[in-house]
Amino acid sequence: MSNTTLLIRRAGLGLFLLGFTMFVVTLTLSQFRLTTSILEQTVKKEHLAVVQQATAPMVGKLYSSQFSFISDFKTAINQLNNGYKERQQWDKVIYNNYAFSVTKAASNGFFPDNRNLFFWLSIGLALLGALLYIIPASFQLPGIKNNRLFQHPATSRGWIGIIVGGFLIGFYIVLYFYPEYLTNWVLLVDPLNETLSGNRNVGASASQWFLYGTLYTACIVVMGIRMLINYRHSPYQQVRTASVMFFQTAIAFLLTELLVRLNLPGQDLKNMWPLDYSYFFDYRIDEHLRAGTLGIWMLVWGIALFVIGVPVLVYFFGKRWYCSWVCGCGGLAETLGDPYRQLSDKSLKAWKFERYSVHGVLAFAIVMTLGVGYTAITGSTSLLGVSTYDLCSWYGFGVGSIFAGVVGTGFYPLMGSRVWCRFGCPLAAYLGIVQRFKSRFRITTNGGQCISCGNCSTYCEMGIDVRWYAQRGQDIVRSSCVGCGICSAVCPRGVLNLENGPVATRQTEPFPIILGNNSVRVRSE
Amino acid sequence: MKHIVIIGNGFAGITTARHIRQQSDHRITVISAESAHFFSRTALMYIYMGHMTYQHTKPYEDWFWKKNRIDLVQAYVEHVDTGNKAVWLRDYAPIMYDTLVIATGSKPNKFGWPGQDLAGVQGLYSLQDLALMEQHTANIKRAVVVGGGLIGIEMAEMLRSRHIDVTFLVRESMFWYPILPAEEGQMIGRHLREHHVDLRMKTELREILPDEAGRVRAVRIGTGEEIDCQFVGLTVGVSPNVDFLQSSEIATNRGVLVNSYFETNVPDVYAIGDCAQFSQAPTEAGGAERKPIEQIWYTGRIHGETLAKTLCGERTAYEPGVFFNSAKFFDIEYQTYGQVVSPLPEGVATFFWKHPDGVHCLRINYVADDEQVVGIHAFGIRLRHAVCDEWLRNSRSLAYVLEHLPLANFDPEFFRQHEAAIISQYNQQATVPLRLKAKKGLFQ
Repeated sequence: MSNTTLLIRRAGLGLFLLGFTMFVVTLTLSQFRLTTSILEQTVKKEHLAVVQQATAPMVGKLYSSQFSFISDFKTAINQLNNGYKERQQWDKVIYNNYAFSVTKAASNGFFPDNRNLFFWLSIGLALLGALLYIIPASFQLPGIKNNRLFQHPATSRGWIGIIVGGFLIGFYIVLYFYPEYLTNWVLLVDPLNETLSGNRNVGASASQWFLYGTLYTACIVVMGIRMLINYRHSPYQQVRTASVMFFQTAIAFLLTELLVRLNLPGQDLKNMWPLDYSYFFDYRIDEHLRAGTLGIWMLVWGIALFVIGVPVLVYFFGKRWYCSWVCGCGGLAETLGDPYRQLSDKSLKAWKFERYSVHGVLAFAIVMTLGVGYTAITGSTSLLGVSTYDLCSWYGFGVGSIFAGVVGTGFYPLMGSRVWCRFGCPLAAYLGIVQRFKSRFRITTNGGQCISCGNCSTYCEMGIDVRWYAQRGQDIVRSSCVGCGICSAVCPRGVLNLENGPVATRQTEPFPIILGNNSVRVRSE
Repeated sequence: MKHIVIIGNGFAGITTARHIRQQSDHRITVISAESAHFFSRTALMYIYMGHMTYQHTKPYEDWFWKKNRIDLVQAYVEHVDTGNKAVWLRDYAPIMYDTLVIATGSKPNKFGWPGQDLAGVQGLYSLQDLALMEQHTANIKRAVVVGGGLIGIEMAEMLRSRHIDVTFLVRESMFWYPILPAEEGQMIGRHLREHHVDLRMKTELREILPDEAGRVRAVRIGTGEEIDCQFVGLTVGVSPNVDFLQSSEIATNRGVLVNSYFETNVPDVYAIGDCAQFSQAPTEAGGAERKPIEQIWYTGRIHGETLAKTLCGERTAYEPGVFFNSAKFFDIEYQTYGQVVSPLPEGVATFFWKHPDGVHCLRINYVADDEQVVGIHAFGIRLRHAVCDEWLRNSRSLAYVLEHLPLANFDPEFFRQHEAAIISQYNQQATVPLRLKAKKGLFQ
C-alpha cells in the first residue's frame, strides 16, 4: 500500500471517529422545557388531565439534563400509577410510554434549532470517513483480502471488537427499552423522515424506528460498497451484495416511507411471518383492513410469500434466495457483518445446540400465532392455561428484542454475523427444512481437489464445517446454509461451487474412496 | 487384532489410520514429533497471513481421536528396531508394533550454500518452521526467497502480506520450470511483479552473508551482486524425511524403498506418502508414468486409502487414477489434470487459449495423430474434476473436449464464461469448425 493510500485511509478513520464522537455527543446537547401544549399534543385525551396534574411542578422549568427531565417525568407518572394500583383502579393505569414523545417534543436550544448542521457534522462526517477508509482498497489488486483478520484486535475478538460489541449491545438495549434517551438522534433524522413520508412525528408516533431504519440502511449501503470493492473479482458476490443493498434501500426503507405517505400500512414488503412475528397480531390485521383493498392485497402478499414463495423459491434456488439476497437481517450480516464472519463457532457442539434452538423458536412462533388466532376467533385469552397475551409479550421481548436485536447484531464482533439467523430465526428454520429435504440447491465439492486447509469452514458465517464435506467429496446440503458463497470464494483450490440441479444429483453420502484412486476401484470389480 | 503403529500424523498417515478404523478393530497408534494432532500443512501460510489460526487448520476436533480409538503419541522416533518390532522414542517408552507404517513426509532441501545455517535462514515445511519464520520476520524490511516453485511463491505471498520486500531468486529462465510452459510461466512472472515481488530469473544463490551476531544480513548471487536482507527462505524442493532410518534395517535410497504394495524390504513394515520411493515408478491405467517419489497432498491420501485396504486383509496394489493437482499463485488459481508437460514430448501437440486480461488461460495437450487428449490445465478458470477425469480416462478427442468444455466449467454463477472464445480461437485454425454442444451446469 502506497503512502498516499495509507494517508487517505488514516484520514478516513479519523473523520469517522470524529463524526461518530459528534454523533454520541449530540445526545447531550438539548435542553428541555415541558409545556401544557406539548402534553396536549402527545398525551391521549383520557390521560391528559391526570398527567397535566402530575407533571405540573415540571411545567415551564428549563432542564439542561435529559436524565433529570426524564427522571422527573417518569417519577410523576409512576407515582400516579402507584396510586391507581393501590386503589385497585386497574383500568386507569397508564401503560403508554409517553416519556419518549414528551421528551422529544420538549427539546429546545441550539441543537434542535440547528439539526441539519449537526446531521452533517455527525452522520455525514462518519459516512464520509468510512468511505475514505474503504475506497482505497479498490487500488489494490483484486483477490481475497483476509490478511491480518486473526491478528487485528477489531476482527479477532480483541479489545476493539469487544468495544464495538459493547456499543452495539448497549445501543440495542437503549433503542428497545429506553428510547427516550435517544430523542436527539431521532431529531437529527426527522427532516429526512418528513421528506420521505411527510411524517412530522409529532404526537405519539414511534419514530425511534425511523432512526433505526436510517442507520441500518446507511450501514448496509456503506459496508455494501466495501463488499463490492473487496470482492470485485467475484461476480457472484457483487450481484448478491447489490441485491441486498437494493432490497434494504428501496424496499425496506424507501418504499415503506412511500407507503406511509400514501396512508397505507408502512409494511416492509420483503418481510414475512414468522420472522415478522407480529404479522397476525390484531393491531396489524386491523391496520391492513382499514387501508381498504390495497391494504388487503398487502396482507395477502405477506401470506403468499411464506405459503407459496418459500417452498417454490427454496425448491429452485435453496434458502439463499432469501437469506443472503433479500432479507434485511441477512443484508446487515453480509455487509456490516462481513469483517466478523470468521468468528462463528464451527464445533459439533454448536451444531447440536443450533438444531434445538432454531426449531424451538419456530415452534414458539407457531404456538404464539395459533394463540393469537384462537383469541381472535373465540375471544378467550387463555389457551391451555397460558395467556395468549403473555405468549406474545414473552416472544416479543425474548425473541424479537433480545435475541434478534441485542444478541443478533450486538454479538457480531463476538460470535460472528449470523447468531440470530443460525440459532433463532424461525423463518430460517422453515426455509432450512425445505432446503434440506426438497431443493435443487447444493454446494458441489470438486472431486478430490480439497487440500483440507480449512478456509471454507473458517469463513462460513453459519458455522458449517464445510471442509468436512469437501474432503470426502460430499456435497454440502445443510439446512443452515444461506448460500452467501464466501466458502467458494475463499477456497484456494476451486473445490466448492454453489449450484442448482436435479434434486437426485445431490451427493449426500461421502464417497468411500475419493476420485483419483484406481487401486480400490479395480479390486472391487 | 494387531497393533498398527504409524510414524507421522500427516495426511498420508492419518488417512491410513482413519480407513483402518473404518474397516477393522485393529489397535492404532500414531506417533508424531511435530504436533499433538493432525493439522493441514497446506494451511500454514494462512496462519502466518492471519487468515486462520492454528486451531482452524485441524480437520478434526480434538475429541475425534479418542472417540475413534486412535491413540496419539507426541514423541520423536530415534530408532526403529525391526528385529524386535519396536520403535524407540526420545523421552518416551518404546512402542511395540505388529505392523509399522512410515509416513514421515519431507524435509526442505539445502544444497550446501555457505551461511545456510545462519539465524534467519530456513525452509518452510513444519509447524516449527512456521514459528521460526514468525520470529525471524518480525519487523524486517527485505527477505530473499530462493527457488521458483510452489513453496517459494507461497512464502513470497506470506512475506508480501506483511509488506516485507521480497526478492525472489529463480535459477531457471522461467517460474516453476519445467512444469509450466513458457506462456504460463510468463503469466505468473508478470503477476508476481504486479505484487511487487522483485523477481530475478536465471539467478543463482552463491552465499548467505552473516552480520556480527550470526544472523543473515545479505545474500550474494551468481553475478556477485549483494542483496541486503534480514531473512532467507530456502524453497528449493523437499526430500523424504528418512534420516532417522539409517540405523535400521529398512532400505532407503532417497526415500524408503517400496514396491507397488507399499511394502519395504522388511516384512510388516510399509511406507507411504512423501517419504516413500517406489522401486518401480507407478503407471496409470492409460500408460502414463508417475514419479517414483510423489510429494503431493493428494497422492498421500491415495496411498493411505490403498494401504489401509491391505492392512485390513485385502492386499491391494497402488494403481493411481488420472493425475491431478492444483495450486494458487497469489491471486491466480491453477488446476491440472493428466499430463501437461514442458517441453512437449515427441508426438504431442498443444492447444493454448489466453484471455486478453492475462490472468485466465487454458491449455489442452493431445496426441498429434489421433488428437487424443492427454492433459488439461487452467489458470483462473475452475474445472470440474469428475468431468476432466472422465475425459482423460476415456481418451476423448480434442474436438470432443472443446465441444463439451462447458461441462467442465466449475466457476461460480455470473462469472464470465470463456468457452465461446476458446472454441472460436480453435475454429480460426481448424479445418473442421466446432460448435459448443453442452451447457455449463450439473450434467443431467
